[in-house]
Amino acid sequence: MLPSFPPWLPWTHLRTCLHSQGLPIQKATRNGNSCSLAILHPPQHPAPRHFNWIVGALTSREYYRAAWLGLNVFLFVYYFLLFDKDKKFYYTRVVLGSALAWARASAKCLNFNSMLILLPVCRNLLSFLRGTCSCCRRTMRKQLDHNLTFHKLVAYSIALFTAVHIIAHLCNFEWYNDSQQAADGSLSSILSDLHQDEESNKWLNPIRSNNTTPAYVTFTTIPGLTGVIITVALILMVTSSMEFIRRSYFEVFWYMHHLFVIYFAGLVIHGIAGLVRGQTAESLKEHNPELCAQDPKQWDRKNKHSQCEEPEFGSIPAEVRALCCLAASALLHFPSAVMHPSKVLELQMHKKGFSMEVGQYIFINCPSVSCLEWHPFTLTSAPEEDFFSVHIRAAGDWTEKLNDTFQQQKPKTPRIEVDGPFGTASEDVFQYEAAMLVGAGIGVTPFASVLKSIWYKFQHADQRLKTKKIYFYWLCRDTGAFAWFKDLLASLEQEMEESGKAGFLNYRLFLTGWDNSLAGHAAFNLDNDTDVVTGLRQKTSFGRPMWNSEFSAVATAHPRSVVGVFLCGPEALATSLQKCCHQYSSLDPRKVKFYFNKENF
Amino acid sequence: MGRIEWAMWANEQALASGLILITGGIVAVAGQFKGWPFAAYAIGAGVLVCLLEYPRGKRKRGSTMERCGQKYMTAVVKVFGPLTRNYYVRAILHAVLAVPAGFLLSTILGTVCLGIASGIYLLAAIRGEEWSPIEQKPPERPQLGGGTIKQPPAMPPPRPPAEARKKPPLEEAGHTNPVAVTAEAE
Repeated sequence: MLPSFPPWLPWTHLRTCLHSQGLPIQKATRNGNSCSLAILHPPQHPAPRHFNWIVGALTSREYYRAAWLGLNVFLFVYYFLLFDKDKKFYYTRVVLGSALAWARASAKCLNFNSMLILLPVCRNLLSFLRGTCSCCRRTMRKQLDHNLTFHKLVAYSIALFTAVHIIAHLCNFEWYNDSQQAADGSLSSILSDLHQDEESNKWLNPIRSNNTTPAYVTFTTIPGLTGVIITVALILMVTSSMEFIRRSYFEVFWYMHHLFVIYFAGLVIHGIAGLVRGQTAESLKEHNPELCAQDPKQWDRKNKHSQCEEPEFGSIPAEVRALCCLAASALLHFPSAVMHPSKVLELQMHKKGFSMEVGQYIFINCPSVSCLEWHPFTLTSAPEEDFFSVHIRAAGDWTEKLNDTFQQQKPKTPRIEVDGPFGTASEDVFQYEAAMLVGAGIGVTPFASVLKSIWYKFQHADQRLKTKKIYFYWLCRDTGAFAWFKDLLASLEQEMEESGKAGFLNYRLFLTGWDNSLAGHAAFNLDNDTDVVTGLRQKTSFGRPMWNSEFSAVATAHPRSVVGVFLCGPEALATSLQKCCHQYSSLDPRKVKFYFNKENF
Repeated sequence: MGRIEWAMWANEQALASGLILITGGIVAVAGQFKGWPFAAYAIGAGVLVCLLEYPRGKRKRGSTMERCGQKYMTAVVKVFGPLTRNYYVRAILHAVLAVPAGFLLSTILGTVCLGIASGIYLLAAIRGEEWSPIEQKPPERPQLGGGTIKQPPAMPPPRPPAEARKKPPLEEAGHTNPVAVTAEAE
């Protein structure tokens, strides 16, 4: 689902890197023909080639991840050293050893990561940030839209730090209990006995009685009980989010993930009781642990000759920062529904306070089908139209029920709630003189929006549209589920003929699920004007496209242009298209260049 | 939620619980906590649970992703027949295995998680689910001609005798073509 830039492509990296940093890039013209991309302000001291490659090799996403990792390492090491070396915790360390430092350092990292984990998936916060950050909109949008990978990364780190934290505290409880029950006069048993009988709250050892177990203490203290509850919630969330479960049984993942509410509530309460204690500042003035630890029998507040008073302890408040999510604000809509063949439902809704761009998606909820489920769908209408639409194919529980609800034609149209739009808008598609758009299977859906938008812009001679020629490749097994897209192509074909611009869009359909009878039928009807399978003017091809011949044909037709290649489809196809882009891009900057964009539609 | 197979999630949960039991057990044994024999038991129970749960069962609809290298354990688990196929047995087994680990703090988390897995298995058993092994498909012999040749011929085609197979000399060829003919490359 998410694009990944292979590290062996310096050209694409450099271009994306430059784009995302807002460096001015402009096509230089030469003798009226356009050249390839050139940077407007070349660097004063051109860096050596290998340095450019290194800089270009790391995308902005990788910089953010390196920063996150660095912060984690810094927090862990800083708090580990603090708890391991500070004099305040000298006596705590006598009882607990270095397990104290492990527990506290991992707790700080847990706080940091728990604060971050909601950020990538908090949709309204995302929309808010996207809207306000106009200076670096592109970088911010691209980074925030790579949310799920980051969310998973933070989740794994939370699981890791939880394991470290729990193991450290298991040791802590055990050793606290041991030192409480020990009667051998050792320093730790003396420390455990201090202030136990008073009401003064100056004790060190939270375990008060001699005949208890760590398990009992865990379940009768607030930190222990909340710790167990939130860990169980975390484990349930993790096991139900395994890829296999998520892809096969989405509802289990969706409902179980709502346990995050329990996780956060428990996390806030977890640190409140303050069972981890250090020596108070006043006590440190009168009692220096490094000197007085050697002779604990001399500690006596009644003995005026003693240098060491009895040490007193206070709790360290555990700071928990919780990030409150803004409530999702969904717009209510009453859509008009259009049924298409092969159980495809088109919902058209009017825009009120809704602005979209090509290639974006929205989340839809239908309360009459299911109150809690929100499902994402790519928008198939163009921004220039006065309504927005999605095409929903019945391919699962929720979509089947939605289909049935709309088919029943009840007197009152079912209500739809919409959240969004989200996703990286692909504005690049309008910037190339020639564009090759490849849509495979369900990946053809965002291109409905793109094609319509390009056509509107072309009709109205929009200045933002630089495209003069589009090559559209549609690959699918069979056109059954995409009959609505076929109709769109047919209507575009007709409109182009009527306005006399028939050469603008050149599309080819490839049916990869063909059999002998279909091919025979097509061969028989070769001389007809329209295609026997689709009814379009353009003949259907069978099997997969031969990209070499396609690219060489485009290169021959546009010998001096920059051609943008856009794909929405499987990874294997991306690899072969990238290869072709490299192969057919000329080394001469005045000649044809292919740029590959695998946008996250 | 009509098409959910609860056993798939119970399997993930039980595998995670096994790992948690093993980890808790190792911590308690290594630290020689009080009551560490329970921890030693927890390590053994955890290993048993992991081995039993590692091979994923086959889904009723759709394809199932196998775990890496699970075919060896599938063979072992299959041997026990109804004991491993039936989810009631698994639910009771996990509940029984979980109880002794509950007496020690280090392993109590494993007890709770394994108890939850046992509950989900019970739900799966009530809905009539069963564990079925993922069988290895026998490797298909690559067919000549892509499967279109059903009965390849046994005898060579009839040919004329060797003298008649000699090509006629060029000057005796019929006519010269007015337009150049190029052979199409296949």
